[in-house]
Amino acid sequence: MSSTYLGMPALPAYGQGNLHATEAFPAAAQRELGNTQLRANLGHATHTIRDKRLRVVAELPDWEELRNAGAATKASVMARLPELLEQFEANFTARGGTIHWARDAAEANRIVRDLIRDAGADEVVKVKSMATQEIGLNEYLEEQGIAAFETDLAELIVQLDHDKPSHILVPAIHKNRSQVRDIFLREMPGVDPDLTDNPARLAEASRMHLRRKFLSAKVAISGANFAIADSGTLGVVESEGNGRMCLTLPETLITVMGVEKLLPSFQDLEVFMQLLPRSSTGERMNPYTSFWTGVTKGDGPQDVHLVLLDNGRSAALADEMGRSALHCIRCSACMNVCPVYERTGGHAYGSTYPGPIGAILSPLLTGITSEENASLPYASSLCGACYDACPVKINIPEILVHLRSVDVESRRGNAAGKKKLPGQMDVAMKAASWAMGSGRRMALVEKALPLGQLAAGPDKKIKKLPGIAAGWTQSRDLPAPPARSFRDWWAKERGNTSSKEKA
Amino acid sequence: MKIALFATCIVDAMYPSTARATVSILERLGHQVVFPAGQGCCGQMHLNSGYFPEAVPVIRNHVEAFEAEDYDVAVAPSGSCVASVKHQHAMLARAIGDKDLEARATAVGARTYELSALLTDVLGVTDAAAQMGSWYPHRITYHPSCHGMRLLRLGDRQSNLLRTVEGLELEPLPQADQCCGFGGTFSLKNADVSSAMLADKDANISATGAQLCTGGDASCLMHIGGGLSREGSSIATLHFAEILASTREDPAPAPDALRKPAGSTAGSIAERARR
Repeated sequence: MSSTYLGMPALPAYGQGNLHATEAFPAAAQRELGNTQLRANLGHATHTIRDKRLRVVAELPDWEELRNAGAATKASVMARLPELLEQFEANFTARGGTIHWARDAAEANRIVRDLIRDAGADEVVKVKSMATQEIGLNEYLEEQGIAAFETDLAELIVQLDHDKPSHILVPAIHKNRSQVRDIFLREMPGVDPDLTDNPARLAEASRMHLRRKFLSAKVAISGANFAIADSGTLGVVESEGNGRMCLTLPETLITVMGVEKLLPSFQDLEVFMQLLPRSSTGERMNPYTSFWTGVTKGDGPQDVHLVLLDNGRSAALADEMGRSALHCIRCSACMNVCPVYERTGGHAYGSTYPGPIGAILSPLLTGITSEENASLPYASSLCGACYDACPVKINIPEILVHLRSVDVESRRGNAAGKKKLPGQMDVAMKAASWAMGSGRRMALVEKALPLGQLAAGPDKKIKKLPGIAAGWTQSRDLPAPPARSFRDWWAKERGNTSSKEKA
Repeated sequence: MKIALFATCIVDAMYPSTARATVSILERLGHQVVFPAGQGCCGQMHLNSGYFPEAVPVIRNHVEAFEAEDYDVAVAPSGSCVASVKHQHAMLARAIGDKDLEARATAVGARTYELSALLTDVLGVTDAAAQMGSWYPHRITYHPSCHGMRLLRLGDRQSNLLRTVEGLELEPLPQADQCCGFGGTFSLKNADVSSAMLADKDANISATGAQLCTGGDASCLMHIGGGLSREGSSIATLHFAEILASTREDPAPAPDALRKPAGSTAGSIAERARR
């Protein structure tokens, strides 16, 4: 090795943690599709939130302008990220907070563990946070002998059931209330054995359980929805008040946040506080919004930390086509309108980030490095509903197509990867490109249409196709092709002349 | 007006009657139709599947074929192919750094219209029965395909035209804006999810009580119709161009004739009896 150390550690290219699918999407989707309870729960829940969102969005005459403003602010944040991060660090530190920079999941986890140990704690309460799920913090802390208690009701349900969230806003979207009752009875210490599946009784049981934790925990861990650069302020929006408890009661507060959550100034919240609750829960405003700027003597946590997480974000930022995926404010509007997510649920995507945004964000953060996460950009019919719903106008279909091309190129060996043998799809695409790139060749190929008729049965339907086309005839008949193409008809009937214009 | 027809690959090869219907509508309105013989495909399948280098010759061919012909506007009976011509061609040319192709693709895209957009916005059709003699006395429902709806923002253009067809009863389709699950190679790569989306779409279509489902994209209709056929449903599919082209003198096939498989028992016995 003859490289010279220039004093600046290189960022790891890609993110780690719960971002990798362990199974290709089509296989995982097939299994999830078989879960009829899941499909019924998901269909009901997504349609309910979808309709609520449409109602409250329609109330705002300037919704499109708000979306444009949100997208423009985010684009400018991405363009000046280093500068804004330094500004934030200076302000946060000046107000008594401590900043920690984490290149990846492992580093972030170690920092959080050390901070908990320094505080002399072996259990922590947690506010729902996507960043800590992304880095697998709970599992890591458990291995280190530290118990992390989720306090958001749905996160608590999922955690008690040793399951993974299926939705970023409604993690237990895939469970109904009788399933929740069974989980509480089985896993919640000291629960009333006569618990019913009445929602008020379930909420009361979780409240009793959580209150003990809130009052005893010395350390809390949160994520952040926003970090304001010009004041050094962090913010969390939530619905249950559990966040407010965690953010105010313990002595030590540790926040883990992706670097892209930054906003330049407090004024920018005007736009985002209109966009986020409406897109997320379909409410005009969420019930609890908490902001804290460093430490306030004698009030709230006196030891305040922020772990700024890269974990593949620099790699995503370097992708000119894909970088706007980092505009995501984790509202979940895209998954609530996605016809693919609605049928498969979040587990099929194999990452902390499911649905349309997950299909682009996970492979952007990890790179198209495995067959499993390379399958994610194909988990969409490109219907465009996600783009229409996105409050910060992330053009998800365009990025999906871009990532598909990255995948195709990686198989060709044009990117860093090794060249692989072309598959059936590669061969078919090449052949189709040849045929479809010329009218003469199209005409030639269309001469074979009568052969297609031979493949059809007496009912003029093709019921079984070979190879990669077999998926089509799994649930669909293909009509027999006509005896002659339009091109052929036109040439014979109209020759090379066009139709006559009527006088 | 001199109108260049882009038949699209699937209509050309699988549904020539849709292209003939398009020609018939435009000629009935007094316009001249030309068919640029060099045309192939819009390249959407290659682009959307990530095969960008393979899409380049297809897109270049489309631009050249449509530049070679002298015409006022071009039209295609397909929302998704027009969306590709209008939005994707210049984008790919830009991506490969071909400024010349980008400018030419932009010019071709700017004068290419989806059929209902051309009829409504350029040719001033407001009443299909009065202006084109459209007659199709059947109960139908209508699926607005995603690309026409979201990329081209066609709105109610197709359904508004259908409403003015004499004798036609239009049944509203529940959850009409939901994707049918076709999505090009998505239907092959994620066949299970595609099938689940299709099952819901076809169930909604069946719930309308209509005899036929129409729409503006041959590929979505092939997918929807393929599912209905496999289920043994009596509901047929037909492109809206063929419904607009249908007249008392030259009617498009009725829904039962479209669905009735040629040579099936019921049909053939009746036919033999007639002979």
